[in-house]
Order: sequence, then C-alpha cells, then structure tokens
Amino acid sequence: MKGKTKVQADAGKQDILITRTFELPIELLFRAYVEPELLEQWMGTKVIKLENRKHGGWEFKTSDENGTVLFQANGVIHDVVPNSKIIRTFEMTNAGFEPQLEFLDFEALTENTSRLTIQIVFRSVDARDNQLKLPFEYGINMAHNTLEEIAKKLL
Amino acid sequence: MELRRDVFQAIADPTRRAIITLVALHAMTPSAIANHFDSSRQTISRHIKVLTECELLRQEQHGREIYYHFNPEKMREIATFIEPFRQMWEDRFNKLESLMKKYKPKK
Repeated sequence: MKGKTKVQADAGKQDILITRTFELPIELLFRAYVEPELLEQWMGTKVIKLENRKHGGWEFKTSDENGTVLFQANGVIHDVVPNSKIIRTFEMTNAGFEPQLEFLDFEALTENTSRLTIQIVFRSVDARDNQLKLPFEYGINMAHNTLEEIAKKLL
Repeated sequence: MELRRDVFQAIADPTRRAIITLVALHAMTPSAIANHFDSSRQTISRHIKVLTECELLRQEQHGREIYYHFNPEKMREIATFIEPFRQMWEDRFNKLESLMKKYKPKK
C-alpha cells in the first residue's frame, strides 16, 4: 500500500485501524483536531458544535451553495486529553447507519514528527464492511456516471 | 443486487478462511478439503458453496472429480475495496499536514 496513511481492516473483525505519521509537532497535529476553524479547513465541513471535554458533543455539517445538506454528522465526546487522546462517538445524521466508537491516539515521535492512530469500532462486522465500502461505491458510481456521460456523447 | 455473495461476508468466517488457505496451496477435491476439518461434510460443502458463489474458489472438472482452485484475482479485489477508503483519509490528512505546516499560532 502506497502513501503515508495505513488502513488495517482484518477480515472478520469489527474495527478499523487508521495510522498516519505527520511531519508536524504533536501540538500542531492535536490543534488541527480541536480548533473548529482549522478542522473546517482540512475536513472541508462546517463545524456547528465542538465541545472538547468530557460529556461534550460535536456536530459537523456540509451544505452546497443552495443550502442543500450534503453531509451531516454528530456525536458525543467521551474524553479529551491534550496532545494525547480523544475518545468520541460518530454518527452520520439520518443516514441509517448506527454510531461508531472512535479512539484517537496522538503520539510524539520526534520534536517535529507525530503519529495519529484512530481505532474505529463498529457494532458488527457487517456494519464495518458497509462503512468501508462507502467510498468504493461512491467511486464506482462516479465512474459509472462518467462512463454514461461519455456514452451519451458517442451516440 | 443481493444475488451475488459478498466477498467480505465470505471471508468473515474462520472456517472459510482456513479453506481458502488450504486450497491456495494446491487445488483440492471437496472430500480432501473436508478431511482437514472436524465439521461435517455437509457444513464444509456449504462453506465451499459460499466461496464459489463469490468467486474466491473456482471449480474444475478432472475426469470424475471436481477440484477447487483458489482465485487470487478476487482476493485482490478485497484490497481494492479498502483503497478508496484509505485514499479518502490520505487526502484529508495531506490537507491537515499542509495546513498546519503554514500555521502560525495567534498570540
């Protein structure tokens, strides 16, 4: 697998492990996760609510220029330890998927490098596999639509 | 759409994973496969059916015997499934990294 981001999803297990090493000091990596205006930029979504504390909650929303909601997600924050960890739930609003539990571990490697490990736990193996396949199916649909466009032009 | 068996569903089961490992070594008849397991022949043949339906195994007739072969192409598809998910995170994290490299904390 190429790239800096590793995804481990063992067959028959109900979790996903995402690992990434950043050329950033741990403070900056962590900040990108807790400051709404930074998170908005790299996640490409609007942060409605982000309470970085025990018993806190969060809500993200992405709309197009007409105000149509494209993506909406929310969850509760279980724990936040600066430069060390975030434990939270994640649920896509009105998408028909059940919530997932996320453990984000931040680790300093050197003064200027750090590592983020995200463990996402799903209710079942099926729930995990469905979630894993979303970007794949999205890609297939995109490819299919492009193909249709090309085909239409040829006719 | 549910007609074709899901590859993920197929490899989620430990017995089916063991069957794949066996057959990947060399093609085998159903009874040779079943001999490796304590489960009943019926159970094993049901597993083989699932694996064949999702194309992880292929049947080949040799004389009177049917041999099951492993289909590595299909296995590669599983890695391909994960790749777009990985790419989505790779893109996000690349953005995060370049954003924070330019970041100057406000005093």
